[in-house]
Amino acid sequence: MYKILLKQDLVPNIHLFKVAAPAVAKKAQPGQFVVIRIDEKGERIPLTIADWDEGEGSVTIVFMEVGTTTHKLALLQTGDFITDFIGPLGLPTHIDEFGTVVCVAGGFAVATIMPIARAMRAKGNQVISIMGARNKELLFWEEELRRVSDQLIVTTDDGSYARKGLVTEPLKELLEGDGKVDRVIAIGPSIMMKFCSKTTEPFGVKTVVSLNPIMVDGTGMCGCCRVSVGGETKFACVDGPDFDGHQVDWDLLFARQRIYLDEEKCSFEQWQSQSGILK
Amino acid sequence: MPKLNLNREPMPRQDPKIRSKNFNEVALGYSAEQAQAEANRCIQCPKRSCTEGCPVEVDIPGFINAIREGDMPEAVKLLKDKNSLPGICGRVCPQETQCEATCSLAKKDAPIAIGRLERFVADWERANMQSASSLPAQPAPSGKQVAVVGSGPAGLTAAADLVKLGHSVTIFEALHVAGGVLMYGIPEFRLPKDIVQAEVDYVASLGVKVELDSVIGKLVTLDELLNNDYHAVFLGTGAGLPMFLNIPGENLNGIYSANEFLTRVNLMKAYRFPEYDTPVKVGRKVAVIGGGNVAMDSARCALRLGADEVYIVYRRSEVELPARREEVENAQEEGIEFKLLTNPKRMLGNEQNWVVGMECYEMELGEPDDSGRRRPIVKEGSEFIIDVDVVIVALGTTPNPLIASTTDGLETTRWGTVVADEETGKTVKSQVWAGGDIVTGAATVISAMGAGKRAAASIDEYLRG
Ligand SMILES: Cc1cc2nc3c(=O)[nH]c(=O)nc-3n(C[C@H](O)[C@H](O)[C@H](O)COP(=O)(O)OP(=O)(O)OC[C@H]3O[C@@H](n4cnc5c(N)ncnc54)[C@H](O)[C@@H]3O)c2cc1C
Ligand SMILES: Cc1cc2nc3c(=O)[nH]c(=O)nc-3n(C[C@H](O)[C@H](O)[C@H](O)COP(=O)(O)OP(=O)(O)OC[C@H]3O[C@@H](n4cnc5c(N)ncnc54)[C@H](O)[C@@H]3O)c2cc1C
Ligand code: SF4
Ligand code: SF4
Ligand code: FES
Repeated sequence: MYKILLKQDLVPNIHLFKVAAPAVAKKAQPGQFVVIRIDEKGERIPLTIADWDEGEGSVTIVFMEVGTTTHKLALLQTGDFITDFIGPLGLPTHIDEFGTVVCVAGGFAVATIMPIARAMRAKGNQVISIMGARNKELLFWEEELRRVSDQLIVTTDDGSYARKGLVTEPLKELLEGDGKVDRVIAIGPSIMMKFCSKTTEPFGVKTVVSLNPIMVDGTGMCGCCRVSVGGETKFACVDGPDFDGHQVDWDLLFARQRIYLDEEKCSFEQWQSQSGILK
Repeated sequence: MPKLNLNREPMPRQDPKIRSKNFNEVALGYSAEQAQAEANRCIQCPKRSCTEGCPVEVDIPGFINAIREGDMPEAVKLLKDKNSLPGICGRVCPQETQCEATCSLAKKDAPIAIGRLERFVADWERANMQSASSLPAQPAPSGKQVAVVGSGPAGLTAAADLVKLGHSVTIFEALHVAGGVLMYGIPEFRLPKDIVQAEVDYVASLGVKVELDSVIGKLVTLDELLNNDYHAVFLGTGAGLPMFLNIPGENLNGIYSANEFLTRVNLMKAYRFPEYDTPVKVGRKVAVIGGGNVAMDSARCALRLGADEVYIVYRRSEVELPARREEVENAQEEGIEFKLLTNPKRMLGNEQNWVVGMECYEMELGEPDDSGRRRPIVKEGSEFIIDVDVVIVALGTTPNPLIASTTDGLETTRWGTVVADEETGKTVKSQVWAGGDIVTGAATVISAMGAGKRAAASIDEYLRG
């Protein structure tokens, strides 16, 4: 059992948990993830490690409510327990001296890109971060991300805060601008990662994306997470989750993310009616 | 000498029509009278040829004699002396090629049903004996610590033997449940999970610490274990990496590895979705590719989930099916259709990327290959399409490279198995032993246990040396 040391509601449907997991905290690196299972009947779901504190023995995760598991998770409070917390899984993000690195984050991924931006900066890169959300209410950690970046650009889809538009627009301007961009890291919803990759492709700038296919074990034993990269089948949990965005077969990823749409709906409706949370 | 009784006592089983719709155990076990009757058939051969066929050399005439004399605690003791997991082996050992194959009565086609009797004794123990009373006396602590990686039959056996010898033992298991393939692979209807759990609990009650959720190679590396107080490590991580066919269309929705399908169903209990959160796709027409135990288990799970039609697609003929005969018969009785001498060429999908068909070749058998079985050859121009909406690929597994790739100085073969001495389990890396599927590739429960036992003896010798 893993204790929730701290819960924070970042925005109405995105939450942060600091979880006591000393052994994971000792090993965690930017870009890795954990697999959690809430309780005996729960599903195993992957969540990126957003931060860790070896001294305190804690690992931070940030998640968005989308279906049964993440809604159940959101009901837990500081002091509650999560049954299983397995990690750190996946390969760490490749951190090196690249020059100028643009970190693009969509939605909840502002949290997950933080350790990457921080590590890139510590390596001596110039870090330009772009964060985007649908509207002002869904924005969080602007100041936190600014602190680990040399420059920060904020966008909202509806223009309710900062610059109106999608994250790909400032990204394109940076690529077209005077300064050279040596590497782009894009993390967020799959569709956003796809369009960031499409944006950078004509400029030939290496673009790393963190893929989020459905997973079960997260250790390479089931093949549920298979993705196609450069025409080869890869297991995202052990060969990734980071891959070259220009090589990813995005349509396959989108299709495989929809495998359980009917079942997810059924499970969610059942949970809603049982827990009395009817919309 | 009394006349030989050649009538094997049949095993009561659930009716095929009923069992194909539930996940309860198929074989129901002998009653006391049936066990007596079967035990009475044993002629107590002084040569003990049956024991020679058992990889862990169970005293078969001895425990059968104890059943005959009605001394069940003695039967338990004799059995457990060599086999710490009789409730499991009695159910899943391929007895027909092991102990029962070498039984003297096998020549008359009526070997003693040793597996069934073994199961009977184990089930009697669970129902009637306090586990505490069967705990061995506390050994003198040796002051040495051993890490066992993996909690399948190899790891559980090694851990139990080592702790009984006075060493302090910790098992590290990647999954959230201990038991390995016994928990995530073999289905409930063939091996009830409470039986596996009872065996795991027994090993823990001996004093073995079990650390779940611990992926060695990620959370800690093998070298770190050795640097952090462990005097020896036993690797029993099995062969958990699924193989695919590498044919076009294999990543379509609806195509599973057997590992994924069985893990969803058995470990995550998707057969009880949505009570349990993990879903699995219930196909209408399901094709399972392969002919081993894993394929039979996958097919029978798919049927129980509610599929209308389930096919086993296998490239050789019936005699070459590697699965246990009993399981093939069970599958046939339940209505699984066998499409033999058939091999997939490619998978066909619809616009939503769902698999809708499987294009297959007809095959014929040629000259024997390296494995001694006749080689399947494609009949050119024989392509035909099978309609499917779920496909399960059960072609076999190889060891997961997670540990070998994060450890200095472990030798592996080109199949990814770890090289270890057959007698002792010793690897080329000092202080490291290995056994079970990680060394042999996918094999059997009892051979994994045998390897765990031999390694424990060798580790003990090393620690005391
Ligand atoms: C490596 C990795 C890191 C991730 N990191 C984060 C993170 O930091 N924060 C966050 O909010 N989300 C993250 N996700 C996505 C997160 O795992 C899913 O949102 C979660 O599993 C949904 O579960 P659910 O039961 O609430 O929803 P469901 O009803 O099960 O599904 C809703 C949606 O989530 C997707 N999904 C369902 N099950 C899984 C699964 N097992 N794995 C991945 N996606 C799934 C489905 O495509 C579906 O569209 C990550 C995914 C991966 C693979
Ligand atoms: C579906 C199916 C049906 C079968 N039916 C039969 C049968 O009827 N009869 C029979 O005799 N045999 C059968 N077998 C084969 C038998 O189950 C295996 O040979 C046996 O379980 C191997 O035991 P093991 O201890 O070597 O490995 P496993 O049982 O595979 O256990 C290995 C354990 O190690 C864990 N692990 C792996 N990597 C790590 C890591 N990095 N860190 C920590 N833990 C790790 C795994 O999660 C797993 O729990 C079947 C196998 C399958 C898949
Ligand atoms: S362990 Fe297996 S092979 Fe040995 S006697 Fe028991 S059933 Fe037979
Ligand atoms: S060989 Fe068969 S008949 Fe003889 S002792 Fe063994 S089980 Fe009994
Ligand atoms: S999640 Fe099972 S192999 Fe990646």
